Amino acid sequence: MDVRTKEAVRYLGYGNHAIDDRMLALISNSFQELEKAAGGRIVYRIFDVSLEAKDCLSIGTLKIKSRNLWRNLKSCEKAYILGATLGVGVDSLLRRYSLTDMARVVILQACAAAMLEEYLDCCQEELRREQEEEGYFLRPRFSPGYGDFSIKHQEQILRMLDAPKKIGLSLTDGNMLTPSKSVTAIIGLSRINIPCHVQSCESCEKIDCNYRRI
Amino acid sequence: MIRTHLGKDLLYFDGGMGTLLQSKGLKPGELPETWNLTRPDEIIDIHRQYFEAGSDIVLTNTFGANALKFHDSQYRLKEIIRAAVANAKKAASLGVCDGRKTYAALDVGPTGKLLKPMGDLGFEEAYEAFREVMRYGEEAGADLIHIETMSDTYEVKAAILAAKENTKLPVTVTMIFDEKGKLLTGGDVPAVVAMLEGLRVDALGLNCGLGPKQMLSVLKEVMEYASIPVIVKPNAGLPKQRKGEVYYDVEPDEFAETMEEILDLGASAIGGCCGTTPDHIRAMVQRAGRRRPRPLTEKGDTIVSSYGRAVVLNRKPVIIGERINPTGKKKFKQALKEHDIDYILREGVAQQDKGAHILDVNVGLPDIDEVSMMQEAVTRLQSVTSLPLQIDTVDIQAMESAMRIYNGKPMINSVNGKQESMDAVFPLIQKYGGVVVALTIDEDGIPETAQGRLLVAGKIIKEAAKYGIPKKDIVVDVLAMTISSEPEGAKITLDALKRVREAYGVCTVLGVSNISFGLPCRPVINANFYTMALLNGLSAGIVNPSSEDMMRSYDSYCALMNYDQNCESYIRKYGSVPAEALKKPSGDLVLTLREAIEKGLKEEAHHGAAELLQTLPPLEIINHHMIPALDSVGKGFEKGTVFLPQLLMSADAAKIAFAVLKDSLAKNGGEAGKKHKVILATVKGDIHDIGKNIVKVLLENYSFDVVDLGKDVSPEAIAECAVKQDVRLVGLSALMTTTVVSMEDTIKLLREKKPDCRVMVGGAVLTQEYADMIGADFYGKDAMQSVYYAQRIFAEQD
Repeated sequence: MDVRTKEAVRYLGYGNHAIDDRMLALISNSFQELEKAAGGRIVYRIFDVSLEAKDCLSIGTLKIKSRNLWRNLKSCEKAYILGATLGVGVDSLLRRYSLTDMARVVILQACAAAMLEEYLDCCQEELRREQEEEGYFLRPRFSPGYGDFSIKHQEQILRMLDAPKKIGLSLTDGNMLTPSKSVTAIIGLSRINIPCHVQSCESCEKIDCNYRRI
Repeated sequence: MIRTHLGKDLLYFDGGMGTLLQSKGLKPGELPETWNLTRPDEIIDIHRQYFEAGSDIVLTNTFGANALKFHDSQYRLKEIIRAAVANAKKAASLGVCDGRKTYAALDVGPTGKLLKPMGDLGFEEAYEAFREVMRYGEEAGADLIHIETMSDTYEVKAAILAAKENTKLPVTVTMIFDEKGKLLTGGDVPAVVAMLEGLRVDALGLNCGLGPKQMLSVLKEVMEYASIPVIVKPNAGLPKQRKGEVYYDVEPDEFAETMEEILDLGASAIGGCCGTTPDHIRAMVQRAGRRRPRPLTEKGDTIVSSYGRAVVLNRKPVIIGERINPTGKKKFKQALKEHDIDYILREGVAQQDKGAHILDVNVGLPDIDEVSMMQEAVTRLQSVTSLPLQIDTVDIQAMESAMRIYNGKPMINSVNGKQESMDAVFPLIQKYGGVVVALTIDEDGIPETAQGRLLVAGKIIKEAAKYGIPKKDIVVDVLAMTISSEPEGAKITLDALKRVREAYGVCTVLGVSNISFGLPCRPVINANFYTMALLNGLSAGIVNPSSEDMMRSYDSYCALMNYDQNCESYIRKYGSVPAEALKKPSGDLVLTLREAIEKGLKEEAHHGAAELLQTLPPLEIINHHMIPALDSVGKGFEKGTVFLPQLLMSADAAKIAFAVLKDSLAKNGGEAGKKHKVILATVKGDIHDIGKNIVKVLLENYSFDVVDLGKDVSPEAIAECAVKQDVRLVGLSALMTTTVVSMEDTIKLLREKKPDCRVMVGGAVLTQEYADMIGADFYGKDAMQSVYYAQRIFAEQD
C-alpha cells in the first residue's frame, strides 16, 4: 500500500483494522478521479522570524501569540509562509457526488486530504534540498489551527502571499479556506538541525483521537 | 472618448505597480492603496514615469480598493479612490509633453473572496462591493473602468454589471489564464470571450499569470473567438523564486520583441503587469511606435457557456437535455411543489452522464413562484454541473432574474415573431448576453408552409439587429408538429430547417419528440426523425438523453458524417464489453436482501427486494429483513468493526431496496404511519456540509422526513422553517470553532420561537462539553447517534 493510500485509510477512521479489496479498489478509483479534477498550486515566501517574550513572535508583518508555534520555531531565523490548494475542481466533484453517493463523497474526501498532504510533502522536499545548500534546516510544517496557533491569522497570511490572485486561495467570513482542500502553513528555517522524527500528527496532545497516526 | 480609439489606434497601457511600490518600501501584506493618501508623491512619480515612457492609459492605484478587502482600514474607500484618480491625472499633466490624449483608468481587481458555490460570497454582495467602487471612480473623474486580474467568470460578471448599471464609463476587462488557456476556476477561452462579449464590454483580454511568450498560444485562441478589441498585459516572464522571494527576469528588449508578435496576432492595446517597469513600456513603445492594430473581424461562432466550458453550436450537432421540465411528469411536478431541488439536480447530473451538452431548465407550474424557483434551480444546477443551461420560461421576470445570476452566457428559450415577445426579450439579450431560441410563430400563428416559417425567422433576425444582437446569437426553431394530426408536418419542418440554414446561415434547434405525439412506440419515430432533422441542418436537438434510441441516432450520425474522428467516441461507447458482465459479484453466490444491505451492494439489494416482494408484503420485508440489516450495520459501526464508508454504502443499498418496495406500499394504502420531520442545516458561516449530508442519508434510511436547509444557513431561516412546518427536532452541524457561535445563536432563537423543538448538534470540533455550553439537547458524536436520538425523541413524543 502506498503512503497516500495508507493515509486515506487512516482518514476514513479504520485505525488498525484491515480493509477489504473492495474498499481498496474504491480508494484507488477515487484517486484516479481526483487526479483529473485536482490542480495542485502552491505559493510561498520567506520572512524573518523574531521570537519575543515567552509566546509572542512575529514572522514578517505577522504578529502571533502561540506557545506551540513559538516552540516549533525556536532557534529559527527565518520561516516560509506557504499556501497550497488542490483547486475548485475537487469541491465540484464532492458536490456532485453528494447528490447520489455519500459513501463515495466520504472516500473522495479522505483521498483528497491525503493527496494534499502528499503534494505538500513533495513541495517541501524541494525546499529542503534548496535550503540545505544555504545551510538551513527545515522544521515540520505548522498550520493555523494546530494547538494554540489561531486560525484568525489566515487572513493576514493570505494577504502576505497574495494568495487569492496567485493560486485562487481565499477565505470565508468564518476564516475557512476556500477551495476546501487547501492549507496554509509555516515552515521554520534554522541553522541548527534538530532531529525531528515527530511529525505533525504525533506531536498533537489529543492522544485518544480516532485518526491518530499509529 | 476612448471608445473611438479602441481597436482603431494602437493604445499603450502602463506596467507593474506592485513591484515598484515594493522597491519604494511597501511591505508584503500592507495595503498599497493607502499610499494614495499617505504617500501621493510616490504614486504620482510612478504614473509619471509610465506616461513619460509612452503609456496612453495608466491604471489608478486602486487594485484592491473594495469594501471586502478594506474592512479593517482606517481610510475611507471614497477618499482613497478620489485621491487615486487625482494622482493619475496629476501625473499626466507632469509626464506627457507631446500633447497626446491620455486616460486614467479606474483599476478594479478581484474582491479576494470566492463566490458561491465555491466560497461564501454571494453574487449580489459582490455586486454591491463593486458598485461602490465604480460610482466613486466615475465621480472622481476616471475616464474608463478597467477590470483586471480576474480568475472567476462569476465575479467578473458582478463587476461588469456594477460598472454598466451605475456608470456611463467604457468598461474593459482582462483575465488571468494559465498556459493551457484555463482560468483558475476552470473556464476556457471561448467561454470567457462569449460571456464578456455577451455583456457588451468595450474590450477584453489577458493579463498577469504568464509572460509574453506563454501568452502567445492563449492569445491565438482568444483571437479565434473575439470580435471586439483585445488587450494583452503580460508579466515580465513567469514568476521565479529565489530563497522564497519572487522575481521576474524578462528584460525590456526581450519583452518588447515578444510584444511585437502579440501585435502581429491582433492585439489592439498592450501593456505590462507584474515585474514590468517603465523601461519595459518604453522599449515596447519605441519598438512598435505608432503602427496600427490589425482591423477587427466579426467572428461567427454561436457559443453558449457556463463557468467551466463553452459549447459551440455551429461546428458539430449538440444535444440539449429536455428532462428538467414538469410537462407531463407527475414526479417532477411533485418535486417542484415540495421544493425538492435535489430531484431537479439529479435529473441534471443524470443527463450529463448520458451525454447531454446543454440542459434545458423549465420549472414553470401554475401554483409556484417561478421567479425564485428558476433562480434557485439555475444557481444550484450550476453548483453540480458545468454544462451550459437553457433558461426556458415564458415569464419575462423569471427569465431576467435567471439571466442575471447565471454564470456564463446562457441559452434562452425563447423569443418569437410577435412584436410583444421581441420587445420584451431582446433588451435582456442585449444587456446580459445570450443565445436566444427564435420560434417561427407570430401574431398570425404558426405558418403552414416552410416559406412562411422562413419569413418569420427573417423578421426576428432583422428585429434583433436593431438591438445589436448578431445573428450568431439567434438559433431558429422551425417547430415540429405531430404527424398524427399534421400529415405533412414532418416534411414541412425538414424543409424549413434546410431553408433557414441556407438563407440565413444561422443555427437551428428543435423539440424533436413532438413529432410522434399520439402515436404508439414513439422512440422509433423520434429517433428516425432526429436523424432526418440532423441531415437537414439541425444544430441542437432538444431530446431525452436517457433514450437509447435517440442517442444511437446521434452517435451514428456523428460517426457517419465524420464529426466523430476515427469513430473514436462511437467505438468507446459501443465497442467495449457490456458493463454488466464486470459488475456481477464473483461466483454464482446469490445474496439475500439482508446480506446485500449489510455488504452495501446496490444491485443485489434491488434484486433481493424484488425477489422477496413476490412472496411477502412490503412491510414485512422492511421490518424483518431490512431493519435488522441496518441495525446490525449500525451496531458494527458503534463497536468499531464497520466503518463510515461501509455504513453509507449499506444505507444506499437500503435506499434502493426501499424504492423497490415503495410502489407496492403505495398500492396497499400508504406507508407505515406518518413520517417524522427533522430539519438539518450547517450553521451560518460554515460551508462544509459533508457531515450534515451523512446524517441526512442515515435519517432517511430510518424513514425520517429530512428537511435539508443546506449550508451557511442563518438562525432566522432555521427558526422560521421549524415554526412554519412545526418541526420538533433540528440537527445542526458546524466544522470549526469560529462557527460554533452561530450554532449557539441558532439554539437561542429556536428556544424563543419554537420552545418544544429539540436540538441535536454535531461536527468536527464539537464535544459534549461544548454542546452543553451552547445549550444543545444532544451531542451526536457520530451519525448513528443522531439516528438513535431521533428515534428516542419521537418515541417519547408519540
